[in-house]
Amino acid sequence: MASYSTNEFKGGLKIMIDGDPCAIIENEFVKPGKGQAFVRAKIRNLKSGRVVERTYKSGESVEAADVMDVNLQYLYADGEFWHFMDPKSYEQLAASAEAVGDAVKWLKEQDTCEVTLWNGTPLAVTPPNFVMLTVTDTDPGLRGDTSGGGGKPATLETGAVVRVPLFIEIGETLKIDTRTGEYVGRSKD
Amino acid sequence: MQSHPDWRPTASFEALKLRAELLARTRLFFAEQAVLEVDTPALSRAASTDPALASFSTVYNGPGPAGADLYLHTSPEFPMKRLLAAGSGSIYQLCKVFRDGEFGARHNPEFTLLEWYRTGFDHLDLMDEVERFLTTVLAGIAPPDSVHHWTYRELFLEYAGIDPFTATSDELRTLLLTRYNIHCETLSADDMDGWLDLVMTHVIEPRLGSGLVFVRDYPASQAALSRLCTGNPPVAARFEVYLNGIELANGFYELADAVEQRARFEKERARRAVDGLADVCVDEYLLSALESGLPDCAGVALGVDRLVMIACGAESLHEVLAFPFDAC
Repeated sequence: MASYSTNEFKGGLKIMIDGDPCAIIENEFVKPGKGQAFVRAKIRNLKSGRVVERTYKSGESVEAADVMDVNLQYLYADGEFWHFMDPKSYEQLAASAEAVGDAVKWLKEQDTCEVTLWNGTPLAVTPPNFVMLTVTDTDPGLRGDTSGGGGKPATLETGAVVRVPLFIEIGETLKIDTRTGEYVGRSKD
Repeated sequence: MQSHPDWRPTASFEALKLRAELLARTRLFFAEQAVLEVDTPALSRAASTDPALASFSTVYNGPGPAGADLYLHTSPEFPMKRLLAAGSGSIYQLCKVFRDGEFGARHNPEFTLLEWYRTGFDHLDLMDEVERFLTTVLAGIAPPDSVHHWTYRELFLEYAGIDPFTATSDELRTLLLTRYNIHCETLSADDMDGWLDLVMTHVIEPRLGSGLVFVRDYPASQAALSRLCTGNPPVAARFEVYLNGIELANGFYELADAVEQRARFEKERARRAVDGLADVCVDEYLLSALESGLPDCAGVALGVDRLVMIACGAESLHEVLAFPFDAC
């Protein structure tokens, strides 16, 4: 089984803790002048997203997690799974609701997402930083108001609800920053 | 295309000038105390047996006595004690020392140590001198804002609420998990000093705050090269100095008993074997010097790079070393 020495620890390294795949956020070497050396690590559990701390004796080995990030194209959802495809091999992978998590509200067919695989199975889905989505419902637009002040809620084709300026109308395509969930602008098309 | 590594120093010239100033003040301080500056070899045929220290090794190819493995010293302690046994009187040294496996914000595999020995002093006298030294060299730069003295036991009771002399490793494990959310699953139950080190580094040190803190009367199992004081339990005549929460110096009322010293070396070698660490030979020069008689003395080793770091208010040695290990 692959493993890492604590000497190899660095941000981003994927290791197993209590049977779950985790990523090291940061690690610190701690040693009293006379005494045991430790490596103190802040670690994110890739399944739950929770951040935990672990301390290891310096130099000991920790099991590696077979975790990799790949870019996959989102195809469709069948009600239970979200299906993605590797654009090179055309291999298809199904992600559970747990793996898709909050990304679900930004998933648009054909968009390329970063999918984290653990032992080949999708563990987490990160949508593109920016997505173009069509407004399916919002209050009637106020013509002439381009200030954007105040704003109103708008429902997008994926079901996400974002705050948009008052002049936005149903049927318009908007650019959204998925990291903040904020409206960026109208489609230039 | 050839890549160009960043060749510039990681420390500012302001930090490098401060370092030069602190070194000048250090030499002035000892000149005024009539403590002699000495220079002992960085290479040695023997290494520290301390299982927590890893020595770099190298080879000399001749002419002269060739062939044997040589080690870079982890501290100049042994040859300085040979000078003391030969009648040097009080001495100090500023030198580079080398420790494998130590790298981080507060560790660099080679670092500058200030080590000094005072004949006729015990560890309590030397603690007073360390305080005078730090107050003097940091005057007008970053003088300590307070001075506190603790015994090891008092310190653990105050900051961690547990008695280090009576607690079991299981109790320490539970305390760390439940109260401080510190998990270290692979430390073995019989490694009591490891558990105490974990509490010290993860719970106590981060809470020490600003000022100068002296800790003394360590458990006998952590005596290192200090003599033991009789008592119940017996404690080591050893002290540690923390400045602004950073471990800065370690001092001993020096063990002068050659028989006891050899026994400790052999115990450490046995521990190294159990831990799967490289065996090292003991320093017979030191043992012979102790047999001939080490004057009553106390000694302390102080990390100069950390002192500069504290004087600058820096967070990492990278800010005060011209070229730290990852740029050398």
